[in-house]
Amino acid sequence: MHAAERPAPALIRIRNLAKSYRRGGQVVPVLTDITLDVRAGDFLGLMGPSGSGKSTLLNLIAGIDKPDAGEILFDGVDITRLGERELADWRAGTVGFVFQFYNLMPVLTAYENVELPLTLTRLSRRERRAHVEAALALVGLSERMAHYPAELSGGQQQRVAIARAIISDPRLIVADEPTGDLDRHSAAEVLALMDRLNTDLGKTIVMVTHDRRAAERAHAIMYLDKGELSTAADVHERSVR
Amino acid sequence: MPVPVAYSLRNLWARKLTTVLTAGGMALVVFVFAAVLMLDAGLRATLVATGQPDNILVTRRSSGTEIQSGVDRAQAAIVESQPEIALGPGGAPVVSKEVVVLIAQPKRGTGVPTNVTVRGVGAAGLALRPQVRVVAGRMFRPGTAEIVVGRSIAERFEGTGLGERIRFGGREWTVVGAFDAGGSAFDSELWGDGEQMMQAFRRQVFSSVAARLADPGQFDALRARLEADPRLTLDVKRERSFYEEQSQAMSNFISYLGVTLSVIFSVGAMIGAMITMYAAVANRTAEIGALRALGFRRGAILAAFLAEALFLALLGWAVGIAFAAAMQAVQISTMNWQSFSELAFRFTLTREIVVKSLLFALAMGFVGGFLPAVRAARLRIVDALRAA
Ligand SMILES: Nc1ncnc2c1ncn2[C@@H]1O[C@H](COP(=O)(O)OP(=O)(O)O)[C@@H](O)[C@H]1O
Ligand SMILES: [Mg+2]
Repeated sequence: MHAAERPAPALIRIRNLAKSYRRGGQVVPVLTDITLDVRAGDFLGLMGPSGSGKSTLLNLIAGIDKPDAGEILFDGVDITRLGERELADWRAGTVGFVFQFYNLMPVLTAYENVELPLTLTRLSRRERRAHVEAALALVGLSERMAHYPAELSGGQQQRVAIARAIISDPRLIVADEPTGDLDRHSAAEVLALMDRLNTDLGKTIVMVTHDRRAAERAHAIMYLDKGELSTAADVHERSVR
Repeated sequence: MPVPVAYSLRNLWARKLTTVLTAGGMALVVFVFAAVLMLDAGLRATLVATGQPDNILVTRRSSGTEIQSGVDRAQAAIVESQPEIALGPGGAPVVSKEVVVLIAQPKRGTGVPTNVTVRGVGAAGLALRPQVRVVAGRMFRPGTAEIVVGRSIAERFEGTGLGERIRFGGREWTVVGAFDAGGSAFDSELWGDGEQMMQAFRRQVFSSVAARLADPGQFDALRARLEADPRLTLDVKRERSFYEEQSQAMSNFISYLGVTLSVIFSVGAMIGAMITMYAAVANRTAEIGALRALGFRRGAILAAFLAEALFLALLGWAVGIAFAAAMQAVQISTMNWQSFSELAFRFTLTREIVVKSLLFALAMGFVGGFLPAVRAARLRIVDALRAA
């Protein structure tokens, strides 16, 4: 819907992407021929029935899985051709992850969890501290820095995870059902945060969700079903239908 | 870039019971390993301390021990008259013609007869052993049936207390003193006058001749001459080498036994560590997936889990070596199969043992942790994350 005003080139260009899994002796196709553009600053919602391949697509975009065919150009670089290590370094600098089950390290405090991606950079301890404190302030958890994940509610844990996702200032944030395990109130907080990351910090976001309310935050929604993507569905049009 | 060390350490802390049990197994192995080496070191230290650097010991050729040796009076006189032998204050050569005999003496308490070495020493016997100090009573007087007892023997055998009488060689001997021989093998001996002992045991030959060299550098010359002399069929050794050789067989036995035991035990400890670490990997599969997603490389995951196993081993080592160090307070007394007599010595912790046991523990940690760490590193990210 913003295409007319902003003919910006796509940040992510996905072309003819295919992915299947082998289960037992059988090959199960999950994605058959996905083509999709995501522009810088987009907030894209991915919906679809369970098992339709949403997570699979998101994982491919985030560079933690490899497709069988097709290409994924991120800012002109085909990440499907990157080697194992290059890809790890690319993720560290480019992608922030938000998982359904938060995936914080239980033995590290909120502070240390957020700091973790920065240990992959050359920042000094003092610089890291400034960044971590700012990120925790952004998610409203300055008071909880020294708490371990087990001492935090689900919503708080997910906010720590969001702070971790933005700590190294990545251009892309991927979120796989970030509200899937949260109560209504916490989910709303988390979605409000995602919205701020997009509007205030200009992060490009791809978010998989089941939740209509969550999807409403997105600028655009894609539906995935039977390995195919139905494009250009505006959530508002769909919901009034 | 590595995963922070705190991650590995805190995970050990987080599963305290497993950590304690696994490290405990390793500690046990480290303890056995270190204790055996300490035993060996103690034995060597004792026997080596028995020899003085400028002393020589002359025994019958190929006799190996003083007990089996015999040096007759004529041969002893030839040795005594060699120019390399130091002269004492009165101009007499510093030589001790000694007789060494085993007696079976009952231990106090159990009454079990055990071989004890009796040494009859010559005039310069004490001058040759400056490490020997009388700590109770006094030294025996030459020409009498008085004896003194070594620190490790005193009180432990019947009749070896100060003022007590002990019967051997067809005579009664009176214990007039106890001596400390600085942790050397002499600490396990009874000493008396050489000539008295010769008479008592009806011996015509000495067991050995100990002598001091005026210049230790002349040893080779002296030995060459004495060993080439057709009248003498003698071995001439530095006292220190003689006692080193005494400890060889026992030392080898202890080392082989100890290393074999340690290796067998270590298999158990390594399997324990491996099971623990495999369980850790299985429990933290989703975490591993998340770490990889954040940009940690496979190598960093491998290192983090290997570090965890090595810390575990380090903990086991610290506990094991601490217990082993405490063993230094214990005195061991055993049969020296080379001389067939009682020999007392201590567990001795050396820097070398500390380092060796550390390397041994780390090797156990490495072997136990390697395969689990490889499994952790080889996980595919998407599979690991689905384990949540
Ligand atoms: N690592 C995997 N190994 C085998 N099958 C998988 C794997 N990941 C996903 N699948 C299968 O692929 C299909 C799509 O999964 P997924 O992308 O997780 O769907 P969604 O996120 O839309 O629920 C499912 O049938 C799932 O069982
Ligand atoms: Mg999914």
